[in-house]
Amino acid sequence: MSRLAPPTSFLGDELGPRGRRRVATATVVSVVLIAAVVVVAAMRFSDNGQFRADLWRPFTEWRFLHFLLGGFVNTLKAAAVAMVLAMAIGAVMALTRLGDHRAVRWPAVAYVEFFRALPLLLLIYFTFVALPPLGLHPSVFQALVLGLAIYNGAVLGEIFRAGILSLDKGQGEAAAAIGLSRRQAMITVIFPQAARRMAPAIVSQLITLLKDTALGVLIGFDDALARAKIIGTFSNNVLQSYMFVALCYIAVNLVLSRISHRLEVQQRRLGAAPIDVVGIDDLAVMSIQASAGADG
Amino acid sequence: MQIVLDNLGGYGDAMVVTVELTLLSFVAAFIIGVVMAVFRVSPVAPLRAVATFWVETLRNTPVIVLLFLFFFGLTKVGVRYSAFTSAVIVLSAYTSTFVAETVSSGINSVAKGQAEAGRALGLTFPQLLGLIVLPQALRTVVAPLGSVFIALIKNSAIAGFFTVLDIFGFAERLVNANAQPAPILAGAAVAYLILSLPAGWVVGLLERRVAIKR
Repeated sequence: MSRLAPPTSFLGDELGPRGRRRVATATVVSVVLIAAVVVVAAMRFSDNGQFRADLWRPFTEWRFLHFLLGGFVNTLKAAAVAMVLAMAIGAVMALTRLGDHRAVRWPAVAYVEFFRALPLLLLIYFTFVALPPLGLHPSVFQALVLGLAIYNGAVLGEIFRAGILSLDKGQGEAAAAIGLSRRQAMITVIFPQAARRMAPAIVSQLITLLKDTALGVLIGFDDALARAKIIGTFSNNVLQSYMFVALCYIAVNLVLSRISHRLEVQQRRLGAAPIDVVGIDDLAVMSIQASAGADG
Repeated sequence: MQIVLDNLGGYGDAMVVTVELTLLSFVAAFIIGVVMAVFRVSPVAPLRAVATFWVETLRNTPVIVLLFLFFFGLTKVGVRYSAFTSAVIVLSAYTSTFVAETVSSGINSVAKGQAEAGRALGLTFPQLLGLIVLPQALRTVVAPLGSVFIALIKNSAIAGFFTVLDIFGFAERLVNANAQPAPILAGAAVAYLILSLPAGWVVGLLERRVAIKR
């Protein structure tokens, strides 16, 4: 649901003649207002000489694009490694938390609840500045990946747990009844079903992770934003550089969210209530528990 | 440890700044977000377009990129505000997209008959939304809005990198001056927990008060 229900929705009932006239007036007025905003913004730009072609030209030249692309590749690398680690941490946390051993359950609960509640930036900064005095010397890349993995491991752990809990209890019981061990039941019965249900939530969390990788610039990671800063200082076009980087992120993330949306639709077609991720892209999977408890 | 105890007052002040930052941004984000959600279901096409543009561009840009753009980029066209104000503007714009998404989903969850009944009574679109649909929609999304709020508390930390002396900014300054990062940052973590945990409880309480289960 988070993604764009068709904008007409149920309120877009057929309108009567008076309603149509009102809508027509509102359309004209709003177009005028929008045009006014755009014109004022454009004048702001042109008064300050920000439309000058030489400020925008770098983004048509291969050497600049190549330089920026290298930054994006660095981001992708960091995000990819962090994703793998976070999935592993998440799986361990979820399984431990759902397991039978109370002694190992509470550390998993503590891990998930603690790290999920902290700002990601604080964790990244921590791995960057607080590990060296303890004798570890992570590179910027490692510090960034570690911070991302610790945080997202906690979030994914919660998603995994909710996904597994969202299955009907009968699935596990049926598996036990035909003589499968707990591990076999998990691998052959529970996990495949849960994985399908969790897919949209996982993908959307991974998109968030990718977006959050941009925080690396604050500890000096050599990503597109850092490189845009260099180009901006060098060609005196910071504004254009940052706008260009923002556009790239928007383009990539739009494609990715389409994919995640498609997964969600597919899931709904299969009849399973998807794991709910309303507005939590950025954070805590709070409502997930409620919805996991509610269905099945 | 000692370093944290010596600076308890500083942590306290920093927490106040984080609270101000978060509350101001949330109020603004809430207002913008509700307006965008309404635009999205409005029968006026240009307004729907504005809402889609707003949500898709801002939500898909990392908030740190938005902050760089606003703080370093827009000064070139004469947009200049203090670090605190800039952070509030960027955080509220970014968060408003999540509010909009959440409120839209709430609007879509209101039973169809409600809107139809309103129409049958001859209510105009603004009346229909303001009197019938939104009050119900908002009540159903208290919990998700709560998680948006808690996400905002955490996101607000990036303001600290732009010289705002919130919890993160204060901790960073302390780290630079004292070279004892581990205890200082642990103190900051506790400070964030002190804010976000009760916020979670309040949301839960609020939800039980007003929410309608569907």
